[in-house]
Amino acid sequence: MASPWIIGFLVFTLGPMIASVYFSLSEYSVLKPARFIGVENFARMFSNDPRYWISIYNTAYYTVLQVPLGIVVALAIAILLNQGLKGENLFRTAYYMPSVVSGVAVSMLWLWLFDPTLGLVNDVLARLGISGPRWLQDPAWSKPALVLMSVFGIGGTMVIFLAGLQGIPESLYEAAMVDGANWWQKTRNITIPMITPTIFFNLVMGFIGSFQVFTQAYVMTNGGPVNSTLFYVLYLYQNAFRFFKMGYASAMAWVLFFIVLALTLVQFRLAGRWVYYEAAAPTAGR
Amino acid sequence: MVTKASDPAAAHSLDFSVIAARASRRRRQQLRLVRDASLYMVMSAGSIAFVMPFVWMLSTSLKAAEQVWQQPPVWIPSPVVFQNYVDAVTSVPTLTYLKNSVLIAALSIVGLVFSSSLVAFAFSRIEWPGRDAWFGILLSTMMLPSQVTMIPVFVLFFRLGWVNTLKPLIVPSFFGSAFYIFLLRQFFMGIPRELDESAIIDGANPLVIWGRIILPLSGPALAAVAIFSFVGNWNDFMGPLIYLNRTDKWTLPLGLLAFRNKYGTEWAQLMAYSTLVMLPCLLVFFFFQRYFIQGITLTGIKG
Repeated sequence: MASPWIIGFLVFTLGPMIASVYFSLSEYSVLKPARFIGVENFARMFSNDPRYWISIYNTAYYTVLQVPLGIVVALAIAILLNQGLKGENLFRTAYYMPSVVSGVAVSMLWLWLFDPTLGLVNDVLARLGISGPRWLQDPAWSKPALVLMSVFGIGGTMVIFLAGLQGIPESLYEAAMVDGANWWQKTRNITIPMITPTIFFNLVMGFIGSFQVFTQAYVMTNGGPVNSTLFYVLYLYQNAFRFFKMGYASAMAWVLFFIVLALTLVQFRLAGRWVYYEAAAPTAGR
Repeated sequence: MVTKASDPAAAHSLDFSVIAARASRRRRQQLRLVRDASLYMVMSAGSIAFVMPFVWMLSTSLKAAEQVWQQPPVWIPSPVVFQNYVDAVTSVPTLTYLKNSVLIAALSIVGLVFSSSLVAFAFSRIEWPGRDAWFGILLSTMMLPSQVTMIPVFVLFFRLGWVNTLKPLIVPSFFGSAFYIFLLRQFFMGIPRELDESAIIDGANPLVIWGRIILPLSGPALAAVAIFSFVGNWNDFMGPLIYLNRTDKWTLPLGLLAFRNKYGTEWAQLMAYSTLVMLPCLLVFFFFQRYFIQGITLTGIKG
């Protein structure tokens, strides 16, 4: 009964993976048969393609800002929504809604919001006495603009945090109350340690997602201005489907895979130092 | 009674402690009130910020051209121009885009719910050799960036002559998706085993158990899969971008992009079109909120 997936895995994952290894070692434009060229794609990528390094830099920049910011905001909202106040459902809806409508339509909306003269973002800033930057038209601000926009899509992360928070036994807080702990002490010493597994999960997923940022950049900036939003997957897409360098794009895909894998493994190694697993916790779901 | 009514000191001290307790309770209540009020303020400010972009989009979509450019910005359009929607929709073949989007979303839901639940059943409730190894492989495929397989899969569909048809965006759904299989497996694990066992005694085969016992008990989880796959397909951009070049095969997101390129500065119409493209997802969200929450929770906490 698992055969649909197993067949799908062989046809759409394993087979393509093997083909992808071969393509990455070839010159290939779909229209002509692949020509084996060894590691030339990789050599060119690392030593002879400045745009490749720009795309790495942009993606790393975006990730370093976006992932921690997303986690902090999502966690802060989740903690607020977990205080047992009335009307939490309504608030949760408001925070979650933007993440449901991702993609091109939202990119259009933010293109309008970020307009330097007519956009709402700079209008709000002006009311606070700040003269806003030119956002997507300024290479220094285009990446921060996309990071800011991404904060509105943290609904899913927030819900996972909420679930984690609701899994913390009430008895811990009661014991802390008896000891006279204040709100900050409870957050610092109970809440945060108890949800480190959830933070870890969101961190790993956040890195994987952030390294694949594409739609916003394609729709809103198409990599510009001056390559400042040329992200890794956007450049990969351009190589494959605009320049028809399928071999080079395959090589890029494999490097992406190893970057994501390495980041994930590093996080798993570091996790031992800060992620707290309850010794007696039932291994749920196994 | 030990307390003597004739001892005024005792009575007095008793009274005093009662008053003190009342006072401290009142102070605690006041503190709680202040705390709740400030929490409400922070939460409201945040949620307004989260919703404001969409209100602004709606507002712009109903404005006359002059008001779109007006500074400082106006929130309530006057006059309200519904014509923007009509103009936006009729200036490109929206009906074709809509038909394609609906077709992809509907068939993908059928494929994903059917095959993912079948596979999840096999991974959670029947024993077969190599099951755990295959499940390990399934989990690890979730780690694989889709870009690694994207190009060979494109070549495969290209050779099959499926480029510029909707098939590449529909057919893979019928082989299940690792994410949804994982989600459903998590849910199926929680259904009591005894149900299967008694059905087996009654002579039911696995297919019957899946269709007659597990699926009817899994409404919320199946709904979550259906809703996630709808939203995912509706918003999908890279897939249609790669496979669909002919305009009569375009989906709404591609149509919206083409619309922008054609009418770059018509912000009112562009926002009208964006609103329409988002609308189905928003409606699905408002009607089925709890399934979103349950579905995400199911994938998140036990990772």
